[in-house]
Amino acid sequence: MNWIGLKMIIWKELQRTRQVFLQAVLSPFLSTFLYFIVFGTAIGSQIGTVSGVSYGQFIVPGMMAMAIVMNSVLAASSGIYFLRFMGTINDLLTAPLSYIEIVLGFSIASAARTSLISALIYLTALLFVPLPIAHPFWFFFFLFGSAMGFSFFGLLLGIWAKDFEQLSFVPTIIITPLSFLGGVFYSLTMLPPLWQKLTLINPLFYLVDALRYSLLGISSTSLTISILFILVLWIVPLILLRKIFLSGYKIRN
Amino acid sequence: MPILEIKDLEKKYTNSVQALKNVTLNINKGELFALLGPNGAGKTTLIGIVCGTVRKTGGTIMVDGHDAESNWRAVRQLIGYVPQELTLNPFDTVWDTLFYQRGFYGRPRNDALLEKILKDLSLWDKRRSMIRELSGGMKRRVLIGKALTNEPRILFLDEPSAGVDVELRKGMWDFVGKLKTEGVTVVLTTHYLEEAELLADRIGIIREGELAFVEEKQALLHRFGEKTLTLFLEKPIDTIPPSLKGFDLILSENKKNLIYHYSKGQTNVTDLLKNLHSERIFYQNMETATSSLEDIFLQLIEKKGETQKITNL
Repeated sequence: MNWIGLKMIIWKELQRTRQVFLQAVLSPFLSTFLYFIVFGTAIGSQIGTVSGVSYGQFIVPGMMAMAIVMNSVLAASSGIYFLRFMGTINDLLTAPLSYIEIVLGFSIASAARTSLISALIYLTALLFVPLPIAHPFWFFFFLFGSAMGFSFFGLLLGIWAKDFEQLSFVPTIIITPLSFLGGVFYSLTMLPPLWQKLTLINPLFYLVDALRYSLLGISSTSLTISILFILVLWIVPLILLRKIFLSGYKIRN
Repeated sequence: MPILEIKDLEKKYTNSVQALKNVTLNINKGELFALLGPNGAGKTTLIGIVCGTVRKTGGTIMVDGHDAESNWRAVRQLIGYVPQELTLNPFDTVWDTLFYQRGFYGRPRNDALLEKILKDLSLWDKRRSMIRELSGGMKRRVLIGKALTNEPRILFLDEPSAGVDVELRKGMWDFVGKLKTEGVTVVLTTHYLEEAELLADRIGIIREGELAFVEEKQALLHRFGEKTLTLFLEKPIDTIPPSLKGFDLILSENKKNLIYHYSKGQTNVTDLLKNLHSERIFYQNMETATSSLEDIFLQLIEKKGETQKITNL
C-alpha cells in the first residue's frame, strides 16, 4: 500500500477545498439559515410537532442528508473530472498508485469535506433548535458511510462525463429531485398511500430516515434496510470503479 | 547492461488500428536514446505503455529486472515521464506541483531535493507562482522538474522541445546532458533532429508502429551519411566530358558548378580532381557538406518496403 501517495491525494484534494473555502462554508451555512427561517420558523410554527419532535428538529437530518449527497457527488466527480480535463490524471496513472488508493484518496477527501459541511449545518441548526445526538455511533456511521458511498458514485460520474454538461446533469436532474422527495421536509405518514409507496423506492429516503433515527431517535422504516443501503452504495460503485481502472475506460488509452 | 527491455510489444486499439507491431528494443543503462519517427508512427504510444498511461495488448516490458506487469510499483518508482502536452494544474503553485508529484510516488518529503531541482531548472524564483502565470517554456521546465521529483533512473521525454524557443531549447539540452552525466538513462522522442544528433548515443526510428532501425548515432551517420563536394568552376562548361562519366557528376543549371555526391567511405576524390585537371577544367573554389541526421531520417522513412530491421544490439 502506497500510504504516502494516498495521503498526498487526500491532501491535494483538501487543498482544492481550501481554495474555495468561503464558498464551501458560506453556502451550507446560508442555506441552512434560510431553510430554518422559511421552514423551521415560518411554516414549522404552523405544523407543530412531527413524530414527537418539533418541525425545526425534524428537518435537520434531511438537510444534512441533502448536503451529504450533493457535496459528496460534486466534490468527487469534479475532482476526477478536472484531472481528466487537464490531462493531469496521468500524474496518478504513472505513479505507483493502485486503483483502490486513487479511489480512496478522492473519496476520503470528498467525505471529509462533506463531513465538515454537515458539521456546519448541525452547528447552524443548533442556533434554532436543541439537537442532542440520540445514537452517536449510528450517526457517524451513516454520515461518513454515505459520504464515502456517494463519493464513489461521484467518481463514477466524473469518469463517465464527457463534458461539463454531463457532469452537472446527474446532480441536477436526478439527485436534487430524489433528495426533495426523500422525506426531507415531511414524514412518510403525512403522505397519501400512493406517494408513500413511491417514497419507499427512493434510495435517498433510507439515508434521510437513517440520519433521523441516529440524530433524533425516530424512524419510519427499519435500520437494517438503511444499513443495507449503505452497503450497496459502497459495493456497487467500487466494483464498477475497479472494472474501470483495470480496463482503462476513459482514463487510460 | 539494459535498464529497459521491451519484447514483442503490441498495441491494437479497439477500432483495429495497430499502433505498435512487435516492437523489441533494449535501452542501456546511462545512455541517451532518441526515438524518431513521423507523426502517428507510435512514439508516444510506446512511451505511454512503458510509463503506464497506455495499456499494451501484447508483449513484455522489464525495467531494471522488474516485470512491468507483476512488479509495477517497483517499475514506476524507477521511471520519470515528461509528457508532450503541458498537463499541469493552472491553479497550483510551482512548488506544490513538484511537492504533490513526489508524494504520489510514495516518497517522503524532501524539500532540499525540490529546491535543487527548481534551481537547476532556473525556476526557484517562480516557486510561489501559479502555473497559469508561467510562460510556455517555464511550464515545460516544470514538467521536467515534476518528472525528476521521484529521482528516476530512467527519464522519458516526449517531445521536450515542442514550442520552446531556441535559447531555452539549448538550456534544456544542457540540462538533459547533465542528467546523463549523473547516470540517468534518458529516452526522448523529438521532431528536432538536431536535438537527437546533438544529444543521443543511439537512435531508433519508428515507422507505422514498427521499429525500423536502431543504431549508434555515429555509426548511423557514417553508414548513411553522404558527402557532397561542390566545385565552383572558373569557366562554365556545356557538358561533362566522357572521361568523368564514371563519377556521376551533376552539372548545375548555370553550368558553373559541378556537384559530386559520395559516401563517407569513398576515397576517389583525388582521382576526380586529377581527371578534371587533365580535362583542363579548373575551379576557383570548392565546398564540402555532410548530410545531417535529418537527411538520413528523411531518406530512411521514405524507404518504404526496405525496412532494415535490426533488433537491439
